[in-house]
Amino acid sequence: MKNHKKWLSGPYAVWAAGFTIIPLLMIVWYAFTTEEGNFTLENLTQIAAPETVKALALALLLAAVSTLICLLLAYPLAMILASKNVSQTNFIVLIFILPMWMNFLLRTLAWQTLLEKNGVINMALRFLHLPALEIINTPYAIILGMVYNFLPYMVLPLYNVLIKIDRDYINAAKDLGANSVQSFLRVTLPLSVPGIISGVTMVFIPSLTTFVISDLLGGGKILLIGNVIEQEFKQVNNWNVGSALSLVLMFFIVINMVLVAKYDKDGEGTTF
Amino acid sequence: MSNKLINLVDITKVYDGQTVLDELNLYIRENEFLTLLGPSGCGKTTTLRIIGGFENPDRGQVIFNGQDITTLPPYKRQLNTVFQKYALFPHMSIAENIAFGLKIKGKSRQYINDKIKYALKLVNLEGFENRSPSLLSGGQQQRVAIARAIVNEPKVLLLDEPLGALDLKLRQDMQYELIRLKNELGITFIYVTHDQEEALTMSDTIVVMNQGYIQQIGTPEDIYNEPQNAFVADFIGESNIFPGLMIEDRLVEIFGAKFACVDEGFGRNKPVDVVIRPEDIDLVKPKKGIITGRVTSLIFKGVHYEMDVMANGVEWTVHSTDMVPVGEEVGIWVEPSDIQIMHKPESEDEEAVSLEES
Repeated sequence: MKNHKKWLSGPYAVWAAGFTIIPLLMIVWYAFTTEEGNFTLENLTQIAAPETVKALALALLLAAVSTLICLLLAYPLAMILASKNVSQTNFIVLIFILPMWMNFLLRTLAWQTLLEKNGVINMALRFLHLPALEIINTPYAIILGMVYNFLPYMVLPLYNVLIKIDRDYINAAKDLGANSVQSFLRVTLPLSVPGIISGVTMVFIPSLTTFVISDLLGGGKILLIGNVIEQEFKQVNNWNVGSALSLVLMFFIVINMVLVAKYDKDGEGTTF
Repeated sequence: MSNKLINLVDITKVYDGQTVLDELNLYIRENEFLTLLGPSGCGKTTTLRIIGGFENPDRGQVIFNGQDITTLPPYKRQLNTVFQKYALFPHMSIAENIAFGLKIKGKSRQYINDKIKYALKLVNLEGFENRSPSLLSGGQQQRVAIARAIVNEPKVLLLDEPLGALDLKLRQDMQYELIRLKNELGITFIYVTHDQEEALTMSDTIVVMNQGYIQQIGTPEDIYNEPQNAFVADFIGESNIFPGLMIEDRLVEIFGAKFACVDEGFGRNKPVDVVIRPEDIDLVKPKKGIITGRVTSLIFKGVHYEMDVMANGVEWTVHSTDMVPVGEEVGIWVEPSDIQIMHKPESEDEEAVSLEES
């Protein structure tokens, strides 16, 4: 019986081996070898190149800002959704998730068209005699793109955790003298920490690694770490350095996840 | 004891077109242990939530200590609630749970620590300060919930079926515990339950409710011995409820047999409902009873035997410590004072008591 069940995981095991584990090992291999196949650490030291450090720092900054904006936008929305009854919620969630069903590239290209110097938004602003919006090809446009694309990934985990908080906890807080703000800060917010953590992870990591958004909305002038890696692979054609930088980025992601997991563990059952 | 602490005036509450409470009037005296008793859906929890401020009535007023608090939010009311599922904050320790209300009020650390110690001692949970609520048993969580409420020194403690989730033995222990707490604290308890035994054991006053109407208000003895209608009689304890005919004062006819009773003022030849408690029926020698019947079933219940006796075409349920075997012929005898006569329902709120619902 048990053996039968094991076989069921076979197809996925093959998939994982072929498309996750082997490529990962190849990245490690490339990262530690020269083009001739000799062992080297030189590829890894490329991360210290001023341009790369700058790209990594900017990527971390933009990802952090986008994540924060997503959190601030999503939390109130998730709270409203969680307080409504299910039939109303389904409709709002549908509206919210609808863009997610459209291709990510299309959505980002659409923003490019909207934000252009003579794009739809600026035409409308000009018509209203308002100053033009010149954010295309700036970090602001990239943040906008990140927030727009990744916001649903923040809303859903928050909604899922908020809807599970028993109304009686809030009632108990109010019963004990807490007004709405106090009961939010002392009860709702700490109880929603797991949702915040998973939302932050799901927005921060794709924001940190994106190169499409920065490419399309940054006009190719703003390099994030994702773009540097892409260039190594596609333009410079140096798979070794590209792989090494990917490893470094992966290291940052793992650190992020470890920190998050640690905080989550501490956040349970102790003082807020 | 006579001071009316809370007064509910014409409280009406409608949910989705369904009237849950219909012009309910009730007052609660200072220092009283008052129980709202009724089957699920009778409006007892809604009444409690309106007193606690978690629901607003559609019509009517809540008067607390002479002040109208109908629309006052819960956090401004001088009362605290023990919730059905305790609602202990899972992200806080026991001490932090108990300190919650005091911290909000900005009490000093020393005061809070003293209060935590005092409250845990009161509920017999000394040394539990740093534990997490999820590691406590239901009974312990219950005690913490009570401790968390009483450190705020409320004038009234609201308890929403607090013993519902506990097992029988623990429930009985907690009943005595609650009586002790109430006496030690000297505050008013408003208690909601569907368990008549809990209500009879603990209360000073029982309010029996059904379908949004108050059926009877009285002491446990009043409610048990003199139920005012068939619903109360049926809901509290076990009863034989028979249709009867009040022939004259102090004489009632049940299925053709005439029984002496002590009730007066029902008029002559008036249809009534008659309640006889199973333990009030005496089984005697066949010729010595008022009517004669035959035992049709016998069940051992621990403290007593439960027997069904078929007499004059109906089954009479009898509780007795003496056993009569099935098939034996017996006489049925009832003391006049053990027969309770009730009016047949006439008005709309009395309709609500129809036994079909119970």
